[in-house]
Amino acid sequence: MSPTGACDVLPGMTVPAPIVQPFDWVATLRTGGPAGDRALAELHALLLRAARFEALRRRASLPWIGAAELDDLVLQAADDALVAVLSRLDSFRGASRFTTWAYKFAIYSAAVTLRRRAWRDREVSLAPELWDVVADRGGSPLQQVEDGELRTALRCGIEALTAHQRDVLVAVALEQVPIDVLAERLGTTRGALYKTLHDARRKLRAQLADQGLLEVTR
Amino acid sequence: MNDVLSRLLGPGELEVSCEVCFEELDRYVELELAGADAEAAVPGMAAHLRGCPACSEEHASLTALLIDGSTS
Repeated sequence: MSPTGACDVLPGMTVPAPIVQPFDWVATLRTGGPAGDRALAELHALLLRAARFEALRRRASLPWIGAAELDDLVLQAADDALVAVLSRLDSFRGASRFTTWAYKFAIYSAAVTLRRRAWRDREVSLAPELWDVVADRGGSPLQQVEDGELRTALRCGIEALTAHQRDVLVAVALEQVPIDVLAERLGTTRGALYKTLHDARRKLRAQLADQGLLEVTR
Repeated sequence: MNDVLSRLLGPGELEVSCEVCFEELDRYVELELAGADAEAAVPGMAAHLRGCPACSEEHASLTALLIDGSTS
């Protein structure tokens, strides 16, 4: 070995490529002991990196939060993600790289944490005025008539929804309340709320289709 | 369709749920980055990402993170 750490290679000698075994995260994390501890620390570092990456992408939406609080939120998100990853190791199927699979937990955790923090002091109105949702495009008289019919149909369609569907649709689609924030305040989950939103949209589309107005929205 | 109408009416196509979206997100993003037909592997994912702002943001973040990791 040379002083620089490079291998000395004689002329004509072929150096075999090092055999690199794919690192088995799942097995190593389950091993425990020093190897398991190292894997756990490395996994936490990866999750922290992903959570920090997500926080940087959202920094502009959180201008009033200081660096120290943001660091705390990022660390909390990474810790939560680590718990989620470890509790779901059995569900890792190898359909992607382990690191990609783990990253999605950190991104999700950081995104939810930071959305909720951004809305913490903001009121969520579940019954706002239904303003005109179709801007006046100022087109031909025919287009203006179509826009007016569309506005009326949308208003009627929204009013025909169940109260819960209407609340969710108006909050998410019109007020643009993040679905995680709404889920937290209503004591439910993102998935359940999205199902409600999906059903409301389907009913609204059907109503517009019945009146021959769905084409107008394209 | 304007943005408000898009948010009100959604994609109007077959779409996966938020739970399935999360389960498949890692595989879907890797397939996209590899230039493969990710939508064929997870039918209804693209529609869901158009309809769900939260899942769409997380899809964009995971994609950006992997790209960042491959270039840094």
